[in-house]
Amino acid sequence: MNWLTNYVRPKLQALVRPKEVPENLWRKCPACGHMIFHRDLEKALNVCQHCGHHLRLSVGKRLEMLFDDGKFQRIELPKTADDPLKFKDQKRYTDRLKEARAKTGEQDAVVVAHGKMGGIGIVVAAFNFDFQGGSMGVAVGEGIVTAAELAVLQDAPLIVIPASGGARMQEGILSLMQMARTTVAVERVKEKGLPYIVLLTDPTTGGVSASFAMLGDIAIAEPAAVIGFAGARVIETTIREKLPEGFQRAEYLLDKGMVDMVVPRAELRATLVRLLSLLRNRGPAGDLLTLPLDTPDAFPEDSARL
Amino acid sequence: MHVLDFEKPIAELEGKIEELRHLAGGDVNIADEVGRLQAKVDKLLRSTYAKLTPWQKTQVARHPERPHALDYIRALIEDFTPLAGDRCFGEDRAIVGGLGRFRGSTVMVIGNEKGSDTESRLKHNFGMAKPEGYRKARRLMEMAGRFGVPVLTLVDTAGAYPGVDAEARGQAEAIARSIEACLDIRVPLISVVIGEGGSGGAIALAAGNAVLMLEHAIYSVISPEGCASILWRSGEAAKDAAEALRLTAQDLHKLGVIDQVVPEPLGGAHRNPDLTFKTLSLAIDSALRDLAGVEGGVLRARRREKFLQMGRTGPV
Ligand SMILES: [Zn+2]
Repeated sequence: MNWLTNYVRPKLQALVRPKEVPENLWRKCPACGHMIFHRDLEKALNVCQHCGHHLRLSVGKRLEMLFDDGKFQRIELPKTADDPLKFKDQKRYTDRLKEARAKTGEQDAVVVAHGKMGGIGIVVAAFNFDFQGGSMGVAVGEGIVTAAELAVLQDAPLIVIPASGGARMQEGILSLMQMARTTVAVERVKEKGLPYIVLLTDPTTGGVSASFAMLGDIAIAEPAAVIGFAGARVIETTIREKLPEGFQRAEYLLDKGMVDMVVPRAELRATLVRLLSLLRNRGPAGDLLTLPLDTPDAFPEDSARL
Repeated sequence: MHVLDFEKPIAELEGKIEELRHLAGGDVNIADEVGRLQAKVDKLLRSTYAKLTPWQKTQVARHPERPHALDYIRALIEDFTPLAGDRCFGEDRAIVGGLGRFRGSTVMVIGNEKGSDTESRLKHNFGMAKPEGYRKARRLMEMAGRFGVPVLTLVDTAGAYPGVDAEARGQAEAIARSIEACLDIRVPLISVVIGEGGSGGAIALAAGNAVLMLEHAIYSVISPEGCASILWRSGEAAKDAAEALRLTAQDLHKLGVIDQVVPEPLGGAHRNPDLTFKTLSLAIDSALRDLAGVEGGVLRARRREKFLQMGRTGPV
């Protein structure tokens, strides 16, 4: 299993990241328009200190923020075929892939890592929205499958963090099949009694939302993240319906009963650590409770009543 | 009959035959001429349908007179007893389902129904299901699993309904759970793409042990029009998108995504529905026989393994 041994320290990644150019020293908040100094923004995990708007967070930063001491090991993913359909629109898909790889320094749109969270060993699969809008093709499917297999192998909870517009159109039907494929993968984790937690970030839509992303034991969403199946523009143009205020935002989904909680970025790690601990370190009473359920005639008085 | 653009030369010849018959009345002397024209029609149909482009297939798959799920149910299923509702919110007629007998044995049939005239199209919401439709499908699949009854799904939808109410009730979750149910049940699941297999709304019913596809059906991650408007920034490019997406039954079979292509009568299912029903009945019967006697857990494991490998095997 060579993909288990190969890893990159986050610190190393920081070194190879391009230097910030002066005009990037200030960033305009897309929600309130305030200019934010880059150090302040970084310190606040890309949350605007003026209005609380959650700007997108890079995968590297995301993983650093979640793992204990920011330390994790990246898993090298099995290679998949590039461009299985030989797809060409106005551009060749292979060229689009080349560009995305050059831009992000990543092979595809998902990163798998393992490490500890609150002292508990976990596996994380996180999407990179900068890579083709985080769209799911075969390579992303492979990432989710690998993460799920690793979780089972390590007897570790699985946390998936989607940030994806949906299917990778250029992989056609094979991208659609990843919906079924990833569903099987996360079901296997759940069947092992391992927690499967999904952290829905902006955006989680289309084929990604309609498969593994909506199957978590626990669904956590970041504030104002867009989460849904059909794109808002599609709904407006094809059905000509007026969209309600806050439509498909995290808070809307909470209100509709589709997620368990909306958690600000600053509280995410603590929330996850607490949940993992509740599910993994159940204590004597918690452990006892699960035992009799597997045993036949565990409740003789009940069967007598029947 | 509704005439597709590329069928116009055929329709013209057929029109001539009609005209000739009408003019001649009982006159037998036209038999030769009619026979000659009919031979020409057949030849033209054969050559046209032998090399339909992906875009033309898209038109055939959506042909308004193409048999829909309820037509297949009427033809293939005896004692069909529709079952309704998701037990949470409502009854979605975009997905029909129920118990019945296929060749004597009980099956659970679930299908997308598009409707065949204005009234029924509205009733069935043009085959575009809402969460309650997928939740009903899941309920019926689970019920079939409990009774050890094989499931037959008939896929024919442009996609899940893109609407505010559908989103509010959790369209994504409903589709995900329906896929999950397909992959979880311990009974044979045979899926047939009979017309249009549109995106998530289709895979929600199509993760079967055997996935069959009619010869001129299509199955795709996105409609050619949708793909064209996003990648080409013009709906006009739908033809190019249809080519690029590899959405025909023949291409999908080569890609290993479907298991079998079921031949259609000359000129498509809409020209001879009865023959289509017969051919499909044989194909379903044979697919069910292949799975007969296989233990439920094994059926489930095989189905899951099959989908777990999708794309892993690399390009064709
Ligand atoms: Zn702001």
